[in-house]
Amino acid sequence: MASAQNPPVIGPGHTYASVTDKISSIVLTRKTPRGWIFGFAIAFSLFMLFNYAVTYLLVRGVGIWGINIPVGWGFAIVNFVWWIGIGHAGTLISAILLLLKQTWRTSINRFAEAMTIFAVACAGMFPLLHMGRPWLFYWLLPYPNTMYLWPQFRSPLVWDVFAVSTYATVSLLFWFVGLIPDLATLRDRAVNRPAKVIYGFLAMGWRGSAVHWSRFETASLLLAGLATPLVVSVHTVVSFDFAAAIVPGWHTTIFPPYFVAGAIYSGFAMVLTLAIPMRKFYGLDDFITMRHLDNMAKVMLATGLIVAYGYVMEAFGSFYSGNIFEKYMTLNRWKGPYAFFYWLLITCNIVIPQSLWFTRVRKNVGALFTLSLVVNVGMWLERFIIVVTSLHRDFLPSSWRIYIPTRWDWATYVGTIGLFLTLFFLFIRFLPAISIFEMRTLVPMSQEEGKST
Amino acid sequence: MSQVFHRSTNTIARLSIYGALFLIAGGVYVLYVFAGSPYVTDANEAKDQPVPFSHRHHAAELGIDCRYCHTSVESSSDAGMPATRTCMTCHSQIWVGSPMLEPVRSSYREDKSLQWSRVNAVPDFVYFNHSIHIAKGVGCTTCHGPMGEMPLTWRANSLLMGWCLDCHRSPEDYVRPRDQVFNVNYQPPSNQHDMGRILVRDYKIKSLTNCTTCHR
Amino acid sequence: MNEQKHNLAQISNAQPSGTRNLSLDELRARASALNGKRFWRSLEELADTPEHRAFLENEFPYDPANEPQELERRDVLKWMAASAALAGLSGCTKMPEQKIVPYVTPPEEIIPGRPLFYATSLTQDGIASGVLVESHMGRPTKVEGNPQHPASLGATDFKTQAAILGLYDPDRSQTIIREGHISSWGAFVNTVNDLRTTFGTNKGDGLRILTGTITSPTVAAQIQDLLKQFPSARWHQWNSCSRDNAREGAKLALGQYANTVYRFDRADVILSLDSNFLYEGPGAVRYARDFAARRDPQGSQPMNRLYVIEQSATTTGAMADHRLAVRATDVESIARAIAGSGQPPQAANVPKGWVEALVRDLQSHRGRSIVIAGDAQPPVVHAIAHAINAALGNIGSTVIYTDPVEANPESQLDSLRQLCADIAAGRVHTLFLLGVNPVYDAPADLDFTSKLLSVDFRAHLGLYEDETAELCHWHIPMAHELESWGDARGYDGTAGIIQPLIAPLYDGRTAHEILGALAGQPDKSPHDFVGDFWRGKHAGADFDAFWQKSLHDGVIVDTAFQPRQIGGAKTSPPPSANSQRGDLEIVFRPDPTIGDGSLANNGWLQELPKPITRLAWDNTAQMSPATAARLQLASKDYVRISLNGSYVQAPVFVVPGHADNSVTLHLGYGRKRAGRVGSNIGFDANLVRASSAPDIAFGAQISKLSSGYALAAMQLQQSISGDPDSQDLESENAFLRNAVRVGTVDEYRKDPKFAQEMAEPPPRELSLYPGVAYSGYSWGMAIDLNKCVGCNACVVACQSENNISVVGKEEVMRGRIMHWIRMDTYFRGGIEDPETYFEPVPCMHCENAPCEGVCPVGATVHSPEGLNEMIYNRCVGTRYCSNNCPYKVRRFNFRLYADFTTPSLEPMRNPNVSVRSRGVMEKCSYCVQRIQAAKIDSEREDRFVRDGEIQTACQQACPAQAIVFGDINNKENRVAKWKADPRNYTLLSELNTRPRTTYLARLRNPNPEMPGEKAAPEAHGG
Repeated sequence: MASAQNPPVIGPGHTYASVTDKISSIVLTRKTPRGWIFGFAIAFSLFMLFNYAVTYLLVRGVGIWGINIPVGWGFAIVNFVWWIGIGHAGTLISAILLLLKQTWRTSINRFAEAMTIFAVACAGMFPLLHMGRPWLFYWLLPYPNTMYLWPQFRSPLVWDVFAVSTYATVSLLFWFVGLIPDLATLRDRAVNRPAKVIYGFLAMGWRGSAVHWSRFETASLLLAGLATPLVVSVHTVVSFDFAAAIVPGWHTTIFPPYFVAGAIYSGFAMVLTLAIPMRKFYGLDDFITMRHLDNMAKVMLATGLIVAYGYVMEAFGSFYSGNIFEKYMTLNRWKGPYAFFYWLLITCNIVIPQSLWFTRVRKNVGALFTLSLVVNVGMWLERFIIVVTSLHRDFLPSSWRIYIPTRWDWATYVGTIGLFLTLFFLFIRFLPAISIFEMRTLVPMSQEEGKST
Repeated sequence: MSQVFHRSTNTIARLSIYGALFLIAGGVYVLYVFAGSPYVTDANEAKDQPVPFSHRHHAAELGIDCRYCHTSVESSSDAGMPATRTCMTCHSQIWVGSPMLEPVRSSYREDKSLQWSRVNAVPDFVYFNHSIHIAKGVGCTTCHGPMGEMPLTWRANSLLMGWCLDCHRSPEDYVRPRDQVFNVNYQPPSNQHDMGRILVRDYKIKSLTNCTTCHR
Repeated sequence: MNEQKHNLAQISNAQPSGTRNLSLDELRARASALNGKRFWRSLEELADTPEHRAFLENEFPYDPANEPQELERRDVLKWMAASAALAGLSGCTKMPEQKIVPYVTPPEEIIPGRPLFYATSLTQDGIASGVLVESHMGRPTKVEGNPQHPASLGATDFKTQAAILGLYDPDRSQTIIREGHISSWGAFVNTVNDLRTTFGTNKGDGLRILTGTITSPTVAAQIQDLLKQFPSARWHQWNSCSRDNAREGAKLALGQYANTVYRFDRADVILSLDSNFLYEGPGAVRYARDFAARRDPQGSQPMNRLYVIEQSATTTGAMADHRLAVRATDVESIARAIAGSGQPPQAANVPKGWVEALVRDLQSHRGRSIVIAGDAQPPVVHAIAHAINAALGNIGSTVIYTDPVEANPESQLDSLRQLCADIAAGRVHTLFLLGVNPVYDAPADLDFTSKLLSVDFRAHLGLYEDETAELCHWHIPMAHELESWGDARGYDGTAGIIQPLIAPLYDGRTAHEILGALAGQPDKSPHDFVGDFWRGKHAGADFDAFWQKSLHDGVIVDTAFQPRQIGGAKTSPPPSANSQRGDLEIVFRPDPTIGDGSLANNGWLQELPKPITRLAWDNTAQMSPATAARLQLASKDYVRISLNGSYVQAPVFVVPGHADNSVTLHLGYGRKRAGRVGSNIGFDANLVRASSAPDIAFGAQISKLSSGYALAAMQLQQSISGDPDSQDLESENAFLRNAVRVGTVDEYRKDPKFAQEMAEPPPRELSLYPGVAYSGYSWGMAIDLNKCVGCNACVVACQSENNISVVGKEEVMRGRIMHWIRMDTYFRGGIEDPETYFEPVPCMHCENAPCEGVCPVGATVHSPEGLNEMIYNRCVGTRYCSNNCPYKVRRFNFRLYADFTTPSLEPMRNPNVSVRSRGVMEKCSYCVQRIQAAKIDSEREDRFVRDGEIQTACQQACPAQAIVFGDINNKENRVAKWKADPRNYTLLSELNTRPRTTYLARLRNPNPEMPGEKAAPEAHGG
């Protein structure tokens, strides 16, 4: 009965063995499915495009991009914020939901965390690449040097370095620690020796003893505790990159909460974008059930509304302030050269997602998938609007200019998507995309289902 | 089932975790030391010159004043390198036959400049001015080292930014009375710090550490 | 800064040393190395052409991806050079081995590391302006004005500033060419000697010499001697933008050629009849200074009032208190009306009562007024102007007649016509073209090219192997004025010696030597020609002293012409042809930056945004919005203009304040053999210019070819894009934001602080942080918008002083121009005839600088003296500082803009300023290198820096004296006094950035009797 209102988090009739089989087989099965090869080929060629674009960038300098004075930041920073945002869902699911004991998270947290790490990897590229002299990036780190110089700690960019690197480290640890028991499983189930050795090496001698398990629990709880503030802190710091400046359109106090909400919004959108095809392709409907999709849709709806509130407050604030520069900035977003993208962003991030109020939409996998794509686009546009429209017409009209991305901007952006997908394909091929041992904890529930049906 | 790994791997694994930390920290430190090492800065390395000119002989033993050759050191950013004619003022009279001095004589004969290898150099984005340092009581040997003891000339200090800042931050530990500036055998007195304080006041020495003092 | 002036005689054979310096020998070596490359370069030029064609068709000018895809040789070199340079910048890299190359025999004067200043003269169209040239170890690096020269008084215009690049231009011709092959001076002299033998028999029959405008007494004397030797020879002068109209006008009015010198410092009321006297023409620098001196509301004399009647929008028009935009043709009738002809002016748009009010104003300032006519105006208008001045009793007080400064005043157009006629009649066998390029700039209908080709012997002397050189048997590289001896007269006749700052880089020759060879003195040096001439003028034992003094001062004493009493100006000369026509006129004017095209290969001038339009790298067909609408054209349309049986294809640019029913075409572009910078850009207006109507033409057909021509416009992209929604967008917002603060003199009298009240900075107490106490020096700058005439001298001066790179048209279009100081231009009032306001914007050096807080590596920091320092070698290029700069004065090296590969450009650079490499931010430093130099000198002398001891490059160049810099803590300093002025305000005050650069509000001085003035004091000019 309970299940009626509350659809299951795992399909009926599963045993420990069946769960382990189903998931580990994805990895250990001999021949690589054709679909995987096809998808990987596309992803990898995009990744190669990225390498080409970056090489050319290092040879010629950032001048190959469309940036200019006044628009000193273009796609690079837009993409950076976008990717970092996407990362957030993973950490939220694995850390916060773990602390909140949300059992439904178990089947999606593994690849959500993977997504986080890959997204952060992509994001991390841009702050380096957008520098005029990237080979001097280490000057942003506090290290002993013969110049007696430190980085300038007042600068949000320095805060960024710490925020993002911490985030990357903790996420990686969390993900890896979570993997250890499953790596051990794979080690034990692997048939050929190389696989045994590699998985064994990664499993770090996990033997599943009671001591191991208790330590494992402590470790993951500690890491969850560490990761939880990061969900909030990272994007808050990223938002400081803008909020700390005096540029109209950047200089607002609502940025931190509104960025974090936006991050989770886009993150969950990306989780859906990845989960829906994967579950279809590998027939994981039993593990990633409608319950999961439904919950994630709800989270998106909630965060989406916070973001919408952010937009409204931004506009209201600019007029309420009576500040001529703020006012003009808002009007320019509405009517200026980039107005089309502004309204497109409103449509993608506010108008369309309202359909999530309807159960029918939330239950419709196809609809959810398209919607997740729409939100991804919308959130990218949001960052574009914030970065570009604020800069291109700021204080002195004599310096107003238009920013137009070049083919190299696009190549770098699409390239990182390639990098992201490449890593993700490798991940689902060589690591268990769903946490085996955690799923096994759900088996009793599954057998409940079996009886009740 | 069969063990993939030997038991010892556990220990190795444990060690590697701690090892990594020390490795990183150590690496940074090594780099730091390397950057300041004579290998990088060329300190204490006597370059070979067209003529093995000895500052010890000329400046210390003969007691020729620095300014006899480095004429513009009090008036310009450049200390000034002696023209061949300056060498010939003496060496047209003494050591006229010395094969060691043949490059000098030929330079004078053929009106072709001698080509010395630069010993003390700062990067092009550093704008150093000799005259003001002299005027404020910074002795030649404070930066150039004990020239009176150099049979061949080498760079006595790293000339790294940090090294400059040592003095720019606390000049009182380095300045000397103006009449001692060109003394190549000068030894700082035991009460350098107190004396320095007074000199800093008298010479109106400012501790200039803002960037455009040197970088433009 | 310490100004030592010396004559060069002792050190002309200097052998500089030091690592940052290049010896002359090295330069010569490199020059000869370049000779080998000559043909390669011309190949490259050819290669450029198709790219350029493609560019014309380019519909998407703003797509920065338009770039060669593969790496060319040059790029790789640049890249390697860059990485080498960067290696020097990064942390732990080994220092490269360096050599020290001392003198063998040290020259006197030179102290390594200290610049020397030499006085000399630079000419434009033959008219001299006195300069002091800064020389480092024998390398000229910077041109400054000569305070002792009346045409300069220490200031310069932008062209003079750019002369230094002209000297080091790698594209200058470098070898003597005989029919396409490298030859020698000796061979040339032999050829000339053969000619001389024939001339000896036929009295020089068929010998013709074509020069530009000659004011040099020595050259003139040499030519006269030559003509004595060979009586049948003839001397012609040609200069495509010559001042024929002014000369003929004076002749028409006064019955003889005369030179007019205006005393704007004495004038209360000024009427310009289409004259851009503040910007171009002889004495412009001096005139700007005198004019600006009378724009001080607190000055001892009343503020002057300027009326401008003009056809195109010029800087002079922008300074006008009352401006009238009419067709050039209509100026004549208005002038007559002012002169009291009785007939109403034929121009429709002259407001009722305008002329009357103007006349009353003039009459109430008899003897203290000036009427000046423009070079494009026919002689008649000049004659009328002379008549009005005479009637107002201005002659002798504000308008002074002297002997002509030209050695041989004549109508140069007639002179060229005569030459062409003679050639056509087969009377010319030998033609020497000295420093002229008529193949490019002669009026099309004279068909000079084919005429030239029919001459048996043609020799050309020029800085470049240009269009004319190509068609001559002989081409001799001309020595640049900075490497040659000579002399020339200034706008008032003052003669100055031209002395070389450096031995000729490419063994160039001067007119003296060519004429000398013709006269049978091939071995006599230019130095001796000039010296002997003046020895003749100044006989006596003290000649050496006189000579030394003349060299030292840069002016020869008592050579300024004495005023002459010339009376009886004809009051009503007959109307000029076409003065009645009412249809569309085409007006030919020299380009505002590259003039008649002789400066086309100067990158600094090409990249300099032209006044008002702020266009770089192109010339355009300019017209008013109404005319554009009538012709159904918009900015960036590409049109074909058919005229005089020929046509040109030009982009349209709609200019606010341009006269209706009139189109301006600028000369100087469309060069074919200018060099790698100036070739194949823009269009050649000479192709439709007829000798019958060289200034104003009629009967043009204009048809649209396409739209979306790529124009590199700094500003006005929205304002006059032709898109009605965004008309004037920038300017509107500029005034909403109080960027430019303007009032009338009356408003100022009522409320002197009106400008400060428009927007005030928040009180200091509001800040949570304690303020910084700037004890000791605290540097600041004040710019008087009431004086600034928008001439751009500051921009080029800054570029020269601070080694600022040229980035090229495409990069300019992408908004990546590198100028550290820019000339913001805003319009107020209707787009048809707006008021125009200039605002030079350098770095504000904010006390609360938004850029400093955001730099992650502390590459931009604040000095205890209030400088906002930018440290290139620490910059990692995040561009955050620029994003956060409200004034957008920061400039970023998006690519490797600095040229590390061209050897001849190295010695040009200021050794006291780092050459910025790829990926670093840069900006105005208040010329910190000059500040440091002055501080060190003062400290050594145990004193404080004196007021005016430090002049920033922009301040020093400013003809209008509109910029003051110094220590604001000392209330006695000029800058402190200016900042105490009630007109003093800060840009974007409400942001509380506390700029150290402040502005004095612009004041207009309208005539209350003018129609519309009483009704609305803020009414639009005119």
